[in-house]
Amino acid sequence: MLTLQCPYCGVMADETELSAGGEAHLKRFGPGSSDAEFETYMFMRENPKGVHFERWRHANGCGKWFHAARCTTTLEVFGTYSAQVSEPPQDIKDAITAKRPGWAWREFA
Amino acid sequence: MSTRLTSGGRLLNKGKPLRFTFNGKNFKGYEGDTLASALLANDQMLVGRSFKYHRPRGIVASGAEEPNALVGLGRDGRFEPNQRVTTTELFDGLDSESQNHWPSLEFDVGVVNNYAARFLPAGFYYKTFMAPRAAWKHLFEPIVRQSAGLGKVPRDRDVDTYEHFYAYVDVLVVGGGVAGLQAARVAAQSGAKVLVLEQTAHWGGRAPVDGGEVDGKPVADWVDQTVSDLRNLPNVTLRNRCMASGVYDHGYVLGYERLTDHAPQAQGPRHRLWRIRAGQIITATGAIERPLSFAGNDIPGVMLAGALRDYVVNYGVSVGDRTVVVTNNDDAYRTAIALKQAGMMVPAILDARPTGGGALAEEARALGIRVETGKGIAKVHGGKRVTGVSVCLQAGEGAALETIACDAVAMSGGWSPVVHLWSHCGGKLIWDDAHAMFRPDPDKAPTGADGKGFVVTAGAASGAMQLADVMADATAAGNKVAGLSTDTPAVPATPEAAMQAVWLMPQGANAKLKMKSWLDYQNDVKVSDVQLAAREGYESVEHTKRYTTLGMATDQGKLSNINGLAILSDALDQPIPQTGTTTFRPPYTPISMGAIAGEARGEIFQPLRRTPMHDWHDTQKADWEPVGHWRRPFSYPRTGESVEQSVSREILQVRNSVGMLDASTLGKIIVKGPDAGKFMDLMYTNMMSTLKPGKCRYGLMCSENGFLMDDGVVARIDDDTFLCHTTTGGADRIHAHMEEWLQTEWWDMQVYTANVTEQYAQIAVVGPNARKVLEKLGGMDVSKEALAFMEWADGELAGIKVRIYRISFSGELSYEIAVDAGHGQALWDKIAAAGAEFNIMPYGTEALHVLRAEKGFIMIGDETDGTVIPQDLGLNWAISKKKEDFIGKRGQQRSHMTDPNRWKLVGLETLDGSVLPDGAYASAAGSNENGQRNMQGRVTSTYYSPTLGKGIAMGLVLNGPDRMGEVIEFPKTDGTIIKARICDPVFYDKDGEKQNV
Amino acid sequence: MRRYSAFAIAREAARYHTGWERAWASPEPKKKYDVIIVGAGGHGLATAYYLGKNFGITNVAVLEKGWLGGGNTGRNTTIIRSNYLQDPSAAIYEKARSLYETMSQDLNYNVMFSPRGVIMLAQTHHEVRGYLRTAHANALQGVETQFIGPEKVKELVPIINIDGPRYPVLGGLWQPRGGTARHDAVAWGYARACSAMGMDIIQKCEVTGVRRDGDKVVGVDTTKGAIDCDKLGIVVAGHSGVMAEMSGFRLPIESLALQALVSEPIKPCMDVVVMANTVHGYMSQSDKGEMVIGGGTDGFNNYTQRGSFHHVEETVRALIETFPMISRLKMLRQWGGIVDMTGDRSPIISKTPVDGIFVNCGWGTGGFKAIPGSGWAMAELMAKGYSPLANEFGMNRFAEGRFIDESVAAGVAH
Repeated sequence: MLTLQCPYCGVMADETELSAGGEAHLKRFGPGSSDAEFETYMFMRENPKGVHFERWRHANGCGKWFHAARCTTTLEVFGTYSAQVSEPPQDIKDAITAKRPGWAWREFA
Repeated sequence: MSTRLTSGGRLLNKGKPLRFTFNGKNFKGYEGDTLASALLANDQMLVGRSFKYHRPRGIVASGAEEPNALVGLGRDGRFEPNQRVTTTELFDGLDSESQNHWPSLEFDVGVVNNYAARFLPAGFYYKTFMAPRAAWKHLFEPIVRQSAGLGKVPRDRDVDTYEHFYAYVDVLVVGGGVAGLQAARVAAQSGAKVLVLEQTAHWGGRAPVDGGEVDGKPVADWVDQTVSDLRNLPNVTLRNRCMASGVYDHGYVLGYERLTDHAPQAQGPRHRLWRIRAGQIITATGAIERPLSFAGNDIPGVMLAGALRDYVVNYGVSVGDRTVVVTNNDDAYRTAIALKQAGMMVPAILDARPTGGGALAEEARALGIRVETGKGIAKVHGGKRVTGVSVCLQAGEGAALETIACDAVAMSGGWSPVVHLWSHCGGKLIWDDAHAMFRPDPDKAPTGADGKGFVVTAGAASGAMQLADVMADATAAGNKVAGLSTDTPAVPATPEAAMQAVWLMPQGANAKLKMKSWLDYQNDVKVSDVQLAAREGYESVEHTKRYTTLGMATDQGKLSNINGLAILSDALDQPIPQTGTTTFRPPYTPISMGAIAGEARGEIFQPLRRTPMHDWHDTQKADWEPVGHWRRPFSYPRTGESVEQSVSREILQVRNSVGMLDASTLGKIIVKGPDAGKFMDLMYTNMMSTLKPGKCRYGLMCSENGFLMDDGVVARIDDDTFLCHTTTGGADRIHAHMEEWLQTEWWDMQVYTANVTEQYAQIAVVGPNARKVLEKLGGMDVSKEALAFMEWADGELAGIKVRIYRISFSGELSYEIAVDAGHGQALWDKIAAAGAEFNIMPYGTEALHVLRAEKGFIMIGDETDGTVIPQDLGLNWAISKKKEDFIGKRGQQRSHMTDPNRWKLVGLETLDGSVLPDGAYASAAGSNENGQRNMQGRVTSTYYSPTLGKGIAMGLVLNGPDRMGEVIEFPKTDGTIIKARICDPVFYDKDGEKQNV
Repeated sequence: MRRYSAFAIAREAARYHTGWERAWASPEPKKKYDVIIVGAGGHGLATAYYLGKNFGITNVAVLEKGWLGGGNTGRNTTIIRSNYLQDPSAAIYEKARSLYETMSQDLNYNVMFSPRGVIMLAQTHHEVRGYLRTAHANALQGVETQFIGPEKVKELVPIINIDGPRYPVLGGLWQPRGGTARHDAVAWGYARACSAMGMDIIQKCEVTGVRRDGDKVVGVDTTKGAIDCDKLGIVVAGHSGVMAEMSGFRLPIESLALQALVSEPIKPCMDVVVMANTVHGYMSQSDKGEMVIGGGTDGFNNYTQRGSFHHVEETVRALIETFPMISRLKMLRQWGGIVDMTGDRSPIISKTPVDGIFVNCGWGTGGFKAIPGSGWAMAELMAKGYSPLANEFGMNRFAEGRFIDESVAAGVAH
């Protein structure tokens, strides 16, 4: 039963208020992309044991999408941040580094 | 015999006698009794039968750990199986019956299993019952099932109610014993919001039974004072009869409050499930005494030493006149002393330790009790109750030194901290060799959202077993969560001699004794079974558990787990911590399904969404159909009409005159902003940005995978504004879909969306006379010239502000009228009145479906199923070729999507005019390499068309559009075949003349 | 391997059961094997078993980082059925179901397969149509199913409430030869049979690396040292992504928590398995008498083997609606497993970009019922390079957009 703080309305939201939206920071591949690019975009999800970045929606709250950095083995939450960025902000990365030195996730670390 | 003493019983109100029954016999108890103490007071030693061997079983414990004494409680809608008598408070008129026997508790046929026990070792069923093949299902399994199981099956609907409750606290203290109370008292000093849960009806836990002094007064007085102090603090809440059943991630805890189990006649819910979020959790959950493993340790009358003490002190019940105490630690001496002081006989204390006990042993000796050190029990004598014990050397192999006559045995193998709640969420344990127990490793607490530990243990739950240590540990726990440094109350130290681990008694017990030495009472797992599992290679503790069923009974191994894994470790010749424990899973003790479900049952099982005209439909006795959380009228059968007849009547009325439909459930989403057109072009396959204000366009939405997910008519309100209609089931999903793309991909676009589905009622007036009805209502020009097909207009009808869309899902002249929800019923009534002369009538979803199928219009969910792309449905005209991008475009370019052999939409008509079965597949010649018949298509929609007087269908068929006129075969599930001809899916008014008048 | 029988039990009883031999050996790894299977769950062990039985390949090691059968094989709700809609699913699940019928005899280990029948309830018109479709498909696929009306449902399941105010039972898809089996016994029975064929089952042996020579696999590094092999089968469910990464390719897999629970045991009251997909819950009664209950998955990646309690609440609420009597039963135990989900919720049984490496994963919520079929197909694929049963489950299907989607006919893939 997770709790995540919605970065928009500030509410510490219970999991029942939220809906999970899968991997964060996907780069969309549309018409003109290769089959491999499109497959990667659609299906090749990160599935790490440890630090993960994902999208959530405060569905039964303010309705806003946001990002969360979370650990999939301990459920520790490193931070939540705006949905409108294409990579994790530095303060979130720093927070993770403080707790999980040497972490890596996709091209971000 | 087991009896009530004239004195003692600190929890009893002897002024209030209570009547109850057990297996039809009338018994008497007192207020304050548990069912267990009351049964013992009435000399009811035999209370149940074990799971596998049906051995006679008595009460062994006094609390939640009881494995044997389970009864069926109550009657009819209040009957409940598997209730532990030790946690059932007595009330007047309580009805109980024992379980798992036939024909009676005293004479149980199932006990033949006991005499055959030698042939039924752990896992015997994996090794036999294999031939003949059908015999397992039809012969052996029914016998096993009937013999297993425990309680009777409840038959009636539960008449009680349940509720959920939320609590957010800084500190949750689990356990209202001295440790919990002290920890709460300390933590509360910081001003923190504290909630204390105690599973029993009483505060103080074991301490008042065991005695001792805190702050210079008897511990029982200290408990009373502390409870009273805490009650007076505004930041502290105390709840008894409320068990913390599980600790979940991020400080979530379930509390299980039994409100009326002890008073079933009381008003209000029976159980309340607390959903608690706690910043910090202190588990002061105490410890559970372990049995000793000697032969016959399951015979009624053999009890945990602490339990015997509880019965005599708390309930004034003596379990036996002559009690032999057998122990490996000092604590059990307290039982001997308590019994002696109550006037009962204690023929001997058998202390397995060669060096014996400390101060308590001296006290016992001083009372004249015979103490034998280095001794144990070789074997208990007796059948349905203890008659004596054979004494042996603990270090030996079980040769009897003497036999002592007795009618009760008090055993103690040491105490194990209750670590369940600590462990549920990942708290780790360490093995404490000195006390032979697993206890929480304070450095490896379960961690929460911030990565820090959120559970602290206090008292015996930490492994502190003596009062002074308990109070010191509890104070430290309170200080830790509150950031304080309060002093520990003064507790005189009472040094005890070290305990000594005894996992088998005697140490060298032979095979025969080990086959009678029980580990898990309820599931009939013995020392020999665990050793057998190890011998056969089931070496992991999880293998052994599953192979022998050790710890899988309703007590979840509270008594048996540690003893079992010690035996396993010994068999594997490895230290106990290397064997490890099985996983602790919630709940701590079983909680009712009723409480888990809470209030939501029957009509309020799920929320019900109602259109503004819902009640009107109800008065018309609509045949309801659930659609999402809505209910929609399937049809409106009149008296004497079948549903089929009413559907036909409704369809013909629409085709021939006029009908009306409550279309309010259709989704309505506003998309607005300077970039609305650009956004709409990405959402829909069609070009929406070119739609002119005042016009409507049918649009398709696909998933990024290319599959058709929703459809509906889009109206352009103004340059910046679109109104998107969605399917009934799709409204919320599509709105969320739009928001997702807007917020997470195209956040630079200036677009806002709003789901206004419930803000408007929508009424479709459909049929050749539709215009006449609207003209009668007056207020708007609804002529072909003023409001052409696929246009919309704002205005007033019969004085009500409306927006009319001229769109059609039936092929008829059709107006869909949107009105503020509050005016829906009023407009509905006016339309009904105005249409009376045309015999206007409401039609339901089934007529809607047939009408659209006659026209070959697709239906999301029928023609689509999540694997269908618009191209399959011949909807290429709705897919813009000019747009660079839309959601799903790239997906539709993949090789399987462009495969010419995809099944495509066609019409299907049977050769005999009958209706094709729903979901039928068209067979093709031959079979595939897995031996499955080849297929070449399937039915997606199939109806009887009253308009055409025959069956019509749509389907997806291999190369279908190129095979017009061809006849294909649809095998029915009964093996017969229906032949159908491939045809145009538009069965009625192929040129669309009727909707365009 | 000494055969198990009633006679053997009688013989051993005479000597207090001291003569039973180990069910499976506990060897140290050899230097090299023809085939290494990573993962001694049901699927991995079944793969090894059919490699030996069907293809005579017995120089096989099965490596397990924990204890055999310790993953989802021992955490599921033991349902066996094959009434799937799509051809490839129906084929492999029906193969599995038919192998379950004779598994106890084949393995000489009673896995207690109980063909008591499975009903999937239809509680909306949409579901009725969906199950009618499945029934028609099954008839052509050789899967014995039938759509039955509410009265027949009530007859088969007397404790069911078919007149629920919100979702009355309109009928159901009935597979009389579906049922349940004792989950642990499936792993143990295969392990014993593999061991008897001379295969090495090596527990507490974690694979830490995959060794390649160019595009070909040559062995693995483990916590018990390096082991060479010609072929490598990765059958590790939720941990597939990690193994794939070690091997140098990616898999479209996400790991989610799936929860289940059991009630306290009661006397027999329900002889069939009932699945209610509209309200998201399913239930059967174990031979011990517990009501075994499951529901849907949690929504986010999770390796904790714990789930969120509100899912349990939803499931129990749904089942009380369907079976009002369970309101007065008590939940004894809840637990979670980690299920590996693909993009279409159907499994992957496939060759990989690395020569000699094969992967079998993505069974999601439906793995137990597939075990023998999955092992059969995987063994054939590994031995011959082609298996008709596995053919449609290749990992290339996502790039092609060729999905095997079982959710389409109102079904869920449990």
